[in-house]
Amino acid sequence: MKKNLINFIATIIIALILSQFLPWWSVMLASFLTAIIFALKKSAVFYIPFLAIAVFWIVYAFWLSSSNDFTLSKKIAVLLPFQGNPYILILVTGIIGGLAAGIAAIFGKQCATLLKTKA
Amino acid sequence: MKYIKLVLSLLATIAIFYVLNTKLGDLPPLGKFLAPTEGIWQNETDDATSGIVSIDGLENEVTVHYDAQLIPHVFAKNDYDLYKAQGYITAKHRFWQMEFQTFAAAGRISEIIGEKGLEFDRAQRRKGMLFGAENSLEVIKNDPESLKYLEAYSDGVNAYISQLKPKDYPVEYKLLGYKPEAWNIDKTMHLLMYMTDMLCGKDYDLEYTNMLRKFGEERFNLLFPDFFDVNEPVIPKEQDWSFIDVEQTETPLSELPLDSISETMVKPHPNNGSNNWAVSPQKSSTGNAILANDPHLGLKLPAIWFVMQLNSPNQNVFGATLPGALGVIIGFNNDISWGVTNATRDVKDWYKIEFQDKSKQAYKYDNGWKKTSVRLEEIKIRGKETYIDSVIYTHHGPVSYDHTFKSDDEKKGFAMKWAGHKGHNFTELFLKLNKGKNYDDYLDAISNHVAPAQNFAFASTQGDIALWVQGEFANKWEGQGKFLLDGSDPEHDWQSFIPKEFNPHIKNPERGFVSSANQHPVDETYPFYVFNDGYETYRNRVINNYLRVRETVNIQDFKNLQNNNYNLKAKELIPFMLSHMETPALTKDEQLLLNHVRQWNFNTSLDNVGPSIWSTWIKHLYRMTWDEFDAKGEALTAPFMYQTIYMLKTHPNDPFMDIIDTPEKETAIDLFSLSFKAAAKELNEWKTENGDYEWRHYKGAYVGHLLQSLPAFSRFDIPVGGDRHTVNASGVNHGPSWRMIVEMSSPPKAVGIYPGGQSGNPGSVYYDNFINDWAAGNYYDLLFMQDENTTEGVTSTQTLTPKQ
Repeated sequence: MKKNLINFIATIIIALILSQFLPWWSVMLASFLTAIIFALKKSAVFYIPFLAIAVFWIVYAFWLSSSNDFTLSKKIAVLLPFQGNPYILILVTGIIGGLAAGIAAIFGKQCATLLKTKA
Repeated sequence: MKYIKLVLSLLATIAIFYVLNTKLGDLPPLGKFLAPTEGIWQNETDDATSGIVSIDGLENEVTVHYDAQLIPHVFAKNDYDLYKAQGYITAKHRFWQMEFQTFAAAGRISEIIGEKGLEFDRAQRRKGMLFGAENSLEVIKNDPESLKYLEAYSDGVNAYISQLKPKDYPVEYKLLGYKPEAWNIDKTMHLLMYMTDMLCGKDYDLEYTNMLRKFGEERFNLLFPDFFDVNEPVIPKEQDWSFIDVEQTETPLSELPLDSISETMVKPHPNNGSNNWAVSPQKSSTGNAILANDPHLGLKLPAIWFVMQLNSPNQNVFGATLPGALGVIIGFNNDISWGVTNATRDVKDWYKIEFQDKSKQAYKYDNGWKKTSVRLEEIKIRGKETYIDSVIYTHHGPVSYDHTFKSDDEKKGFAMKWAGHKGHNFTELFLKLNKGKNYDDYLDAISNHVAPAQNFAFASTQGDIALWVQGEFANKWEGQGKFLLDGSDPEHDWQSFIPKEFNPHIKNPERGFVSSANQHPVDETYPFYVFNDGYETYRNRVINNYLRVRETVNIQDFKNLQNNNYNLKAKELIPFMLSHMETPALTKDEQLLLNHVRQWNFNTSLDNVGPSIWSTWIKHLYRMTWDEFDAKGEALTAPFMYQTIYMLKTHPNDPFMDIIDTPEKETAIDLFSLSFKAAAKELNEWKTENGDYEWRHYKGAYVGHLLQSLPAFSRFDIPVGGDRHTVNASGVNHGPSWRMIVEMSSPPKAVGIYPGGQSGNPGSVYYDNFINDWAAGNYYDLLFMQDENTTEGVTSTQTLTPKQ
């Protein structure tokens, strides 16, 4: 359980740092790295980084848009078929970031396993 | 097993990365697009309008005060810094729009949207948009001052672009997945060509030629007369033209080629037009001249205009600017004010070209062969190979139509002659107007104007008012350019131009006002040939009557007039129809509808059903009357509205009134009730689907985003009264794009509004915040600051400093 929490926090922190100078896929790199360093087991390999990045993106998106009364996100939620509901858009944003992170973490885990067996 | 898992998870990682990083169909790259660190969430921002920004190459500090409307008031120590700041500030609020418009002008849309844009891009290139822009730049190169300021403007725009990180890109770039490009003077030239093209009048030479062949000359002249029977020209009829000592070109004996094509390029919007008027101090209740202007253009978001104040020791000017162009286009300073309406003169003609052979290296001219040149138009297409269009040029201009474009004969083409291709210095005109102090300065500023032909209204603090119909107009022979011309006959060339001082104009007329609303510039006594390309016939009469019957007027009267919804067109036809049509043939429901029309006071107001019934009725009536012009595979155009109503009233039994698809012989009187029945049917169907058809709902006015009215970024169901023929020329997606009224007191008092907002960012509250007030006919008091330290009304201030 403790490992899960460490991975969760580390993923967010590394993603936050990498996003300062890397594009959106920095979240994939972050979860890939934490998957190697703080290896998890079973389904946690996927859902912990998924949750970490989803939370990161959801909180960040909410913070940016709520301070502007969701002016743009309401419109984007018309553009993408969410009936103008900015909360759905925020949720989808989180899921997309989470998916990318979770899948990259699985790949990270496989790399870590391979490295371990070799060593 | 380990390796299989490794490879599978690697593939999954690559796949998710690819899907989220790539634009798939119309869907933006979702990862990039939604990542809060770089995607659209970064555009959720209030417009930062305070603090200090350092800009490369500024000579001194520039202060930019913003008011409650987000209108920037720029205070610079010299003109160079002023225009640099204009470039920077405009880009800051409108960059995507200004770049997109120049891409459209230059035929580069395919670079952004892919192959879908190719047909549009080819048409732009074949109109010679780049050719004309290059010619203008050549002229400007001889004017170091204009060139210097154009460069300053470009530098200002580039200063903005260079500060952008991908996360700061305007949202449209993220949506379409492309990025900003450096600005340069060429782009400003492209933008000005875009305006010139949009306002170049209704060019139907090829359609008219088809009609001449089909119906004969007599019938054609009946439908398309040079003057309508009612004409209240821009320059009042009292004007004496005896000072003109140049004669109209004599008509040659040679024949016109009766040849034309089946399909023509998309035309500028037929409703592009405007109103302007000014009253002299004698007619103004305060004793100051007052001027008003409202240009009627497509209603777009971001709006076509960006309002700002530009102050330097040499000038203090306020008004509407065009994002991408230098200076104020419609506005005022402490001494003068000016407004423009489209003069819609026939400045574009077509020549039939006979090539010597399929190589198109020479064409027939003056009993010999003349060499052509070729311009290779490289059209880059996103995701595809570059398309190269070879456009042949003759001494007339580009051969727009040939066997590769809307025509089929390899040895034949149609060349365009357009005043817009002639190089001219549009920048100098506005640099001078912005600084102008009196009538002479105004005249000097507009004296070299070439295109687009405009009616420049003027009023000054000194009390002068004036109006010039300005542009470069060929001195044509009677009928020249109405139909296709013979490109091989030197007599069909434009022989000379009307000297600018003989362009129609008036200064301080006795009636105490000047006005134009795109009507005929002159009456029959003007000694040069002016072709009727469908001059406006209703707004101008309402405006002139309004100003004539009042002894004095004030700003409030001007507001009322700009928002006037009186429908003179309906007034001139409905009573006639009501007294002539056979009403027993109508059903009870239809009778009820007709009663609404009987009770209508011709005011095209929102809470009335009259305008809804009328607009549907006249639409069907017009179609039924001119069903002869609906022929498929043949480029034709039906007569103008004024002449349609004239024909219905004075030639009710004309063969054109017959509906060709029915065995009966219809007359205009039959058409009245037939079209009314069709309208009633349409209205009832609409009602079943949408509810009440009061004008408020039925009209469905909207302001659409530049990207094909992208619904998410557009505004729909805007409650604005009027229609295209009322003074408040608010059509469905077209209308008063900037309403301005200026009283020339010291300092001037001005009000203005436009259907949009100052910010181009859909994530800003300033994106569309003017629309409701605009629709309701409200105005904002324009904050015309006299010095940078008296900051009443200023909500925030930003300082631009030279980069150390």
